[in-house]
Amino acid sequence: MSAGAPSIDRQAGPGRPSLHGKSSRGSMLADRVATAVLWGTGAFVLLLLGAIIVHFAMAAWGVVSPSFVLSDPSDSDLGGIFPLLWNSIYMLALTLMVSVPVGILGGIYMSEYAGDNAVTSAIRFAEEAISSVPSIVVGMFGLILFVDELHMGFTALGGALALTMFNLPLMTRLAEQALRAVPQDERSASLALGATKWQTIRHVVLPLAIPGLVTGVILTAGRVFGEAAVLLFTAGIGTPTHLNFGNLDITNPASPWSPFRPATTLSVYIYKLQSEGLGAYRNQIVDGSAALLIALVLIFNLGARFLGRVLTRRLTAA
Amino acid sequence: MLNGTRRLGGLAIAATILAAACSSAGTSPAPTAATSATNCVTGSITAAGSTALQPLIDAAAKAYTKACAGATVTVNGGGSGTGLSQVVQGAVQIGNSDITAGSKLATPDANKLVDHIVAKQGWIVVTNKDVTGVTNLTTQQSIDIWTGKITNWKAVGGPDKAIVLILRPASSGTRSTYKKLVLSGANEATGGETLTEDSNGAITTAISKTPGSISVIGFAYYNDPANKSLLNGLQLNGADATIANMSTGTYKLAADGHMYTNGQPAGLTKAFLDYMMSADVQTNLIPSLSYAPAAK
Amino acid sequence: MVHLATPDRRASLRARPGFRERIDLPRRVVFVAAASMIGVVVLLLAFIAWQGLQLFLKDGIPITQIFSAEWQPDRMSGTVNFGLLPFIAGTIFVTVVALVISTPLSVGLALFLSEVAPQWAKAIVQPALEIFVGIPSVVWGWLGLTILVPFLSDTFQQGLVVSLPVLGEVFRAPGFRTGFSWLAGSLVLSIMILPTVTSVSYDAFRAVPQELRTGSLALGTTRWQAIRHILVPAALPGVLTAVVLGMTRAAGEALAVQMVIGSSPVFPRAITQPLSTLTSQITLEMGNTVFGEPWQDALWTMSLVLLVISITSVVLVRVINSRRIAL
Repeated sequence: MSAGAPSIDRQAGPGRPSLHGKSSRGSMLADRVATAVLWGTGAFVLLLLGAIIVHFAMAAWGVVSPSFVLSDPSDSDLGGIFPLLWNSIYMLALTLMVSVPVGILGGIYMSEYAGDNAVTSAIRFAEEAISSVPSIVVGMFGLILFVDELHMGFTALGGALALTMFNLPLMTRLAEQALRAVPQDERSASLALGATKWQTIRHVVLPLAIPGLVTGVILTAGRVFGEAAVLLFTAGIGTPTHLNFGNLDITNPASPWSPFRPATTLSVYIYKLQSEGLGAYRNQIVDGSAALLIALVLIFNLGARFLGRVLTRRLTAA
Repeated sequence: MLNGTRRLGGLAIAATILAAACSSAGTSPAPTAATSATNCVTGSITAAGSTALQPLIDAAAKAYTKACAGATVTVNGGGSGTGLSQVVQGAVQIGNSDITAGSKLATPDANKLVDHIVAKQGWIVVTNKDVTGVTNLTTQQSIDIWTGKITNWKAVGGPDKAIVLILRPASSGTRSTYKKLVLSGANEATGGETLTEDSNGAITTAISKTPGSISVIGFAYYNDPANKSLLNGLQLNGADATIANMSTGTYKLAADGHMYTNGQPAGLTKAFLDYMMSADVQTNLIPSLSYAPAAK
Repeated sequence: MVHLATPDRRASLRARPGFRERIDLPRRVVFVAAASMIGVVVLLLAFIAWQGLQLFLKDGIPITQIFSAEWQPDRMSGTVNFGLLPFIAGTIFVTVVALVISTPLSVGLALFLSEVAPQWAKAIVQPALEIFVGIPSVVWGWLGLTILVPFLSDTFQQGLVVSLPVLGEVFRAPGFRTGFSWLAGSLVLSIMILPTVTSVSYDAFRAVPQELRTGSLALGTTRWQAIRHILVPAALPGVLTAVVLGMTRAAGEALAVQMVIGSSPVFPRAITQPLSTLTSQITLEMGNTVFGEPWQDALWTMSLVLLVISITSVVLVRVINSRRIAL
């Protein structure tokens, strides 16, 4: 450690004029340069993001319109991407239906029950391990388990289950953090009043953690929305036809509500179009879809912040 | 960005699909017998596999399901290997493939499958626009280029410019077909300088950006006006890549497009495969999408 | 640690009479939810390992062969040889260069956010980073394909030379034939891992006690001296964790890399040339091969290698972090 300690004769406090000549002036200069470089990194990130947003705003100009968002793909003109957007939303909903409850319950265990033992350690290891597995490997796992072994074929359900595996560790981690952020006093007070541990969690801790949970869910939703590699091998790659929302029979693969149908999402569609897409408009469609995905990420982000703030205010006021 | 021909090309395709759909619905008098298409069966099937055949099968599926309420035909890409694997596994009803099942699958699996040849698809050798003065390659010249014996365009009447070979991955159906039909099985030169891309889109991008580059892409993809303007298409042994020449065999870089079923097809699967062979598809849809009809 | 934990736990068990008899249903439910992740990992490992080992078990390929450099999987073209070395090397090389580009930038950014930036600047940069995380990999790939790849091939046709003011020429590579290249892959990845490396490093810097900073400044050091000599050494394990996490993410990214890398299945030689990685080769060939043929089994072996890499990195992070506690 001593190697890093500054020597006395190199004293030169930020606001203090240097008394020791060269080396101090040098260190002041180094400090200035370093500060400028660090500001530069911040500026770089903002400029890069700005450039990306401007690029897509320009590329999307004249492409993205209400009709682009709401109509079916077309062979002859620009058409739209509605069925793909629907599939993205549908798959996201299907994924969150499993990963949110399981993730919150798991988070409760990790935050409120888990002791410092081997089982907890194993769960943590599993959590970290799944988070680090490449998405294409999860996709291959989905192919062999859901598509082949379970004979599901390429389905929205298989894709959503693969996405769930991917999303679950993140959800659990977020729930755990949101619950841990609840002050210990709240728990002690509830327990002192004679509430059981579960009553305390259910009626005291969980409600207080809601703003954090909501923000977390929305932020992870953004990542699920854009994922493509997991779905290439599990949910199919095609150009969906017109969706008939009147068909409510979820066992019928023709129904857009059915999890037992192949469902190409917007991200997968971008990958497909850039590799094999036909038609004069394919680049515009990719640009438009990419712009739409980025816009949705922005909306998710702002929405999460806004909702988190509103919920905190509501709950703390009540 | 949009010139007249591109728009017209698009419209022509749309018009044909519309015509196919209308005639199959029996609402307009069709030029050819469309009775086979009216064989509507309800149900839901998935066809998956070859990306090269996907535009055709997709368009046919759209026309069929438009005419037949209660029928759902989903067409997925994924590649010929996926098509063959999944039809064997029973995960899809139809496996689309550019290549024969026998050349890929183990014999017991291949024997389970029934082959339905629905179209002939062609490929075309394309170069960067800067390769001027070369309009044709003979089989021998092609072999010399692909095996690395010729490395400069000068040798085949072009400019003094290095040849950049853009290959498909070894597993690609396009690559194995080209190797068989044109290279007579000769092994391609691979090295640090050759690029490998699997999709027509990536190859088109790479060719249009790379001086002196050469590769092979699907004819249906090449004939899309948006792509044609970026590339130089070459003749093979003096024959133009046209649908007529593919049908007659004058242009030899063409092969059957297969739709495999696990056992004899029944129900909607059979009805849809019949529709693929109907006049609607074979005489109208197929040429409009730059495929050649299946050999009789 | 172990010595302390055991008597502690025993004590707590003794303190709750009837612990074993009482059925605490909620506890069981939440435990199952948390433990389901162990189930997922076991399933994942079992399936990928089983499929990944078929190349050796069923097809009789010696394990040593996958460490050879020749990828010749086509039995129609002669003797097959499943050398995965080009892809393993490709993955490592692309990842390392991505880290070389990304780490200074990310650590600088983390330092900026934790030590330099005023509140208003933080309030802009942090949400910007969150948006970076949310941009889908296919969109990064598309940007790489349409902007970066043409830019590289247009700008560096003659060669890529890096010269520094004092040192002179430090790096030279032959010009791009096409922009599809190792460098294009690394550049795309360096931006994709930037938010991960930044946010984990940021947490590491924030975790350094405030007293160390004030103490250093009180001794009269400049802020930069405090950062260099006190903060960075103290946060080093955290920064290392960040780099390992970035590495894992980079090595596992598939589609964005595949779209820009050129996928040449040869051992990488120059940063301006195309190469292939484990993930891009899987993406490219999975759909063209059939289930059960040795060719596809080799792709499963690649996915097993990827899995081993990611599990190893998790272990590595644990080791780094246990050191941090020891400090």
